[in-house]
Amino acid sequence: MNLEFIGIFVLWLFLFGYVMVASIDFGAGFFNAYVTLTGKQHILSKIIQRYLSPVWEVTNVFLVFFFVGIVGFFPRTAYYYGTTLLVPVSIAIILLAIRGSYYAFTTYGGLKHKRYTYMYGLTGLFIPASLSIVLTISEGGFVTNETPGPALNYWDLFTSPLTWSIVVLSLTAVLFISAVFLTWYAHEAKDEHATNLLRRYALIWAGPMILTASGIVVELHAHNPEHYARLMDVWWLFILSVALFIGTVYLLWKRQAYGTAFGLLTGQFFLAFFGYGIAHYPYLLYPYLTIYDSFTNEAMAIALIIAFVAGLGLLLPSLYLLLRLFLFNKEYVQGKRNDHT
Amino acid sequence: MGNEEAVYFSRGLTELTLSFHIIFATIGVGIPLMIMIAQWVGIKKQDEHYILLARRWTRGFVITVAVGVVTGTAIGLQLSLLWPNFMQLAGNVIALPLFMEVFAFFFEAIFLGIYLYTWDRFENQKKHMLLLIPVAAGASFSAVFITIVNSFMNSPRGFDIVNGQLVNINPILAMFNPAMPTKVTHVLATSYMTAAFLLAAIGAYRLVKGSNHVYHKKGLFLTMKMGLLFSIITAILGDFSGKYLAEYQPEKLAAAEWHFETEEGAPLMMYGVLDNGEVKYALTIPFGLSILAHSNPKAEVIGLNEFAEDEIPPLYIHYLFDTMVTIGMLMIGISFVFLLGFWRRWRFVLTKSFLWIVVFGGPLSFLAIEAGWWLAEVGRQPWILRGIMRTSEAATTSGQVDTMLLLFAGLYLILGIGSMVVLTRMFRKNTVEQELADRASDKAGETV
Repeated sequence: MNLEFIGIFVLWLFLFGYVMVASIDFGAGFFNAYVTLTGKQHILSKIIQRYLSPVWEVTNVFLVFFFVGIVGFFPRTAYYYGTTLLVPVSIAIILLAIRGSYYAFTTYGGLKHKRYTYMYGLTGLFIPASLSIVLTISEGGFVTNETPGPALNYWDLFTSPLTWSIVVLSLTAVLFISAVFLTWYAHEAKDEHATNLLRRYALIWAGPMILTASGIVVELHAHNPEHYARLMDVWWLFILSVALFIGTVYLLWKRQAYGTAFGLLTGQFFLAFFGYGIAHYPYLLYPYLTIYDSFTNEAMAIALIIAFVAGLGLLLPSLYLLLRLFLFNKEYVQGKRNDHT
Repeated sequence: MGNEEAVYFSRGLTELTLSFHIIFATIGVGIPLMIMIAQWVGIKKQDEHYILLARRWTRGFVITVAVGVVTGTAIGLQLSLLWPNFMQLAGNVIALPLFMEVFAFFFEAIFLGIYLYTWDRFENQKKHMLLLIPVAAGASFSAVFITIVNSFMNSPRGFDIVNGQLVNINPILAMFNPAMPTKVTHVLATSYMTAAFLLAAIGAYRLVKGSNHVYHKKGLFLTMKMGLLFSIITAILGDFSGKYLAEYQPEKLAAAEWHFETEEGAPLMMYGVLDNGEVKYALTIPFGLSILAHSNPKAEVIGLNEFAEDEIPPLYIHYLFDTMVTIGMLMIGISFVFLLGFWRRWRFVLTKSFLWIVVFGGPLSFLAIEAGWWLAEVGRQPWILRGIMRTSEAATTSGQVDTMLLLFAGLYLILGIGSMVVLTRMFRKNTVEQELADRASDKAGETV
């Protein structure tokens, strides 16, 4: 195994982590806004607040980790992606900034108004949409290498069906992941009403999610045959992923083992995400950038990996503590404790 | 849009983001230490007032942390979005501390979440205070690692360039570059100092506004002590910074001091105006610059005449230097007089007029922080990586930077107003007196 591979594996793993925790967060915000709009606020809001409060800041770090890491391991990505992504990523930053700070303003600062709830819910849809554009661009065909530098062709990008399929997938996936997780969380909290409502949301979004995901494969066939061919090389990963999806839906349908259902869902996305990633290998940006020609020097790579291992040694116990105190703490989950400052 | 414009707007956007972020970053680094000290004193003395200080500071801190986190994410991404050529080059050598910063920040975020939600959860208050140590350490180490990146931009080390290729890269050497010790310590000390004076200003403001509660006096006394301590440390470190500059970035020092000709026994000029290359109306301290640069009144200090015209920073940084140093000295003076007066029971230090001075000390300290960072960044021009890469070569070639500048200006406006509104509301609604009474009745309820 070479250093390039270790680097991209670690980063992809963290991106997967971000996709999962951020989806829960984005979806929770959306559902919270939705129930506020439809007057069912009393059923969901408490559960959602209780989950989000202690972990909101942690979510953001996964993203920061990914982009700092990718520039560290593959500095040339800064040149290609930095130049071309100015607008989409700036928009995502602005939305993330408003979302993050107004979350704190409302939760800790007592700024209570429905419009913030709606804003929070809407940013939860726009952020994944704008971030998912990066994946579309990585497929190639939208970036041209001109003088003085690479440029993004917005017209091609926004008229491409691939772009919109990926945007829609990001939305359906966010809602599905979030609903499944929150069903489990609400069940742990022994909140039957919330569990039922969230279970319904999960079942509603399961179909659109799997449909759009399959749609992407078809789109890729037309847009990037090379990537498509490599996807087909690892077809069995996707079959397994679909099997896990069916398992999740089955358990939800039968109202059984919500925890296991979320576990299966994590497995489903893990397999699909890595299947997609493996097929993307070795390209970071078709056809300009591969993990080999953009890689940093050996000294830096080794230093980064050592720092990473040491960092994990520090982080994993702390994350475990956080989860034990809040996520897996029965008293806290059931709302018997607050202890906020 | 020509590329000159892209460079211009990229600099503008970076300056805007940094200037806004640094306010919250400084608070984020400095306040956890102050909370820790207050909580520790409170536990030691079994004094509910200090505990409440810690609690209330924590509540305000959470709001500023949120803005600090999101603007920090913005500047982190903007480094690549606005300066792709720089990051492509620098990423090869200085990515390590950037990467480590994420871990420090991660660590801080996790424990802040825990700390916030575990007040009163432990029987032993000390256990809860222990949770703050990773928060404070994570915050300070974030500052250390990021400042290391900045010091690398001032004195790049740890690599060679042979035929345009980077070779012999040593990430550790790049981190421990000559600028690193003075810069890192200076940033830390000024953060603690500014945080202390900010909290002192808030306490003084309550006293000015008519509260005579001992809670505010205790808070004021504690934070002024911290402020004095860290402002003296800052002054000493500032002297070391002068020596570093004289050795490694003489053009920066010379431009900041309007020192045009290399000479021995150079005087230090404060303030003044430039008139056709002549310094007028300046306050001149004989041999001051030689002492600052080399601890020797006779020593030779390199002047701007030794450098090519296109390799010296703009001369207005002189005023930035003056602003920073003047405020620093002023704060030492204010806190010293206050503490002396407090100990000796001089009445005037608790009069409204003196307290107003303490109130203005808060914003002034932030002005000094801003001036210091502008000095650091503008003083490095025309380089983004001193001697290696010019700022003009580093910027993006994208044509939309001007629009992004507008968008981000709007964002910072929203965040700035939002955080101010929220912070004032939070503390106005829930007064100290009210909260002390509530807590007392809670306790009484428990024992009954």
